[in-house]
Amino acid sequence: MADERSIKVDRLSVHYHGQTAIRDITFTVSKGMIVGVIGPNGAGKSTLMKAMLGLEKSKGEVLFFGKKINAIRKQVAYVPQRNSIDWDFPVRVEDVVLMGRFMHIPWYKKTSREDRSRAREALEKVGMQEYSNRQIGELSGGQQQRVFIARALAQDADLFFLDEPFVGIDVESEKIIVELLHQLSKEEKTIFIIHHDLSKVEKYFDELVLLNQTLIHAGNVKEVYKPDFLKEAYRGSAAVINEGNEMVVVGP
Amino acid sequence: MIENINSFIFQLLNYPYLQNALFAAVLVGIICGVIGCFIILRGMALMGDAISHAVLPGVVIAYMLGASFFVGAVITGVLTALAIGFISQNSRIKEDSAIGIMFTAMFAAGVVLITALQGTSVDLWHILFGNVLAVSRTDLYFTLGIGIFVLGTIVIFYRPLLLSTFDETMAKATGLPVKWIHYMLMLLLSFVTVASLQTVGIILVVAMLITPGATAYLLTERFSVMLFLSAFFGVVSAVTGLFFSVIYDVSSGASIVLVASVLFAIAFFFAPKQGLVFKMLKKPKNETVAP
Repeated sequence: MADERSIKVDRLSVHYHGQTAIRDITFTVSKGMIVGVIGPNGAGKSTLMKAMLGLEKSKGEVLFFGKKINAIRKQVAYVPQRNSIDWDFPVRVEDVVLMGRFMHIPWYKKTSREDRSRAREALEKVGMQEYSNRQIGELSGGQQQRVFIARALAQDADLFFLDEPFVGIDVESEKIIVELLHQLSKEEKTIFIIHHDLSKVEKYFDELVLLNQTLIHAGNVKEVYKPDFLKEAYRGSAAVINEGNEMVVVGP
Repeated sequence: MIENINSFIFQLLNYPYLQNALFAAVLVGIICGVIGCFIILRGMALMGDAISHAVLPGVVIAYMLGASFFVGAVITGVLTALAIGFISQNSRIKEDSAIGIMFTAMFAAGVVLITALQGTSVDLWHILFGNVLAVSRTDLYFTLGIGIFVLGTIVIFYRPLLLSTFDETMAKATGLPVKWIHYMLMLLLSFVTVASLQTVGIILVVAMLITPGATAYLLTERFSVMLFLSAFFGVVSAVTGLFFSVIYDVSSGASIVLVASVLFAIAFFFAPKQGLVFKMLKKPKNETVAP
């Protein structure tokens, strides 16, 4: 079987107090892809991601390279939505990046020089080394996002989950992040990204999972990013205009 | 003032009960300060208040049964934490309301039990407000034991505690038992409350948990530094408060808390980066930059 090279989500469902959040989501993604999880507000994108990570009670099965999530937890890097972080927390940039190493350090050991140098390298990759002594609240939105990307890099993970990484960030940070993600994908890392507006979808992602509580369509970007599927997902809250080869999408 | 200090030192050198009191107060200052940092950053100040009050019925029941009041206190403290979680997860009641319901209920139960036991030697006043001058050698060793256990646990679990406090979802995603970490903290919190019973008493424990930590929070940008500063302010409050208590013959717990509050007020106004005064001084500069 090709299990070891793919991530399989099979009939994944989540219910909250009798209400359906997502239902029977099934798709397969191969290793090394950048996957966009797309859908309107309330479509269950975050729920899908949390269910895949085993953080929500769910029905169905998720296999990462043939294994259950608990067997590969150390290989999972997670970048939270910016508004879920307390930016007044007394940590500096370097402390946050070092957290990416925590799961690799046994409890009886101190953080080693190697861990710190890994963290520093990750910080250099996102171009934030000059800010390593700043408190995280002093940074701009894009810089904050880059710090969290650096934390994920420091972790040496195989799987990356990013929740709305492009919301409220500057053009330069976006460029740096997108370049890094493409580089990671070349190194056979698989990346899931929740993305809620439809601009630049074709530029960012290799594959798409388009959903609105149920799966609308999943697969290659070119195959999924089509007016019919988008209309079905966004149900009139987005206008899709076909202009020759170019597709213009007006969000809600 | 110098006379008073000399007199305090003289008494300290000559009266073992005062030495015990000082050591106990210093220990409580340290452990409350350290645990308090986690309580503040997790937004659990109200929970700290709840656990400390909820300890009362445990102490009284343990006394009635002739058991160690430590065991009783920890049992009711942890039970309350569990009950609060249970109520907020299984109904539409939000957590702060669940805390309000549970801790007043437990506290009331404690008061009823004590008043029912009238004529015995359980002194409500001392449990509520502490009496550090009555700390015995045994009490002191007991506080020392709790202190070592609490600090040891925090050193061992420092990284999981920090990560789950800062970014809960990542902590869960990488497989940390976030729920257990929460209950472990509640357990430590009950330990600390019991250790503080004699020094500051149930009602004012929350001040020792929150105020030194909050003062430290205004002064630093690093969590590890915050822990040390918080413990330091806890110790300064304890020693200074005890001094005033001995010299002016006032309640020890309350004067310790007042010193901690004064330290907070100073930091609130004069902290280099976060202080109100310096923030106000900086403002005009920004206005000239703006068009």
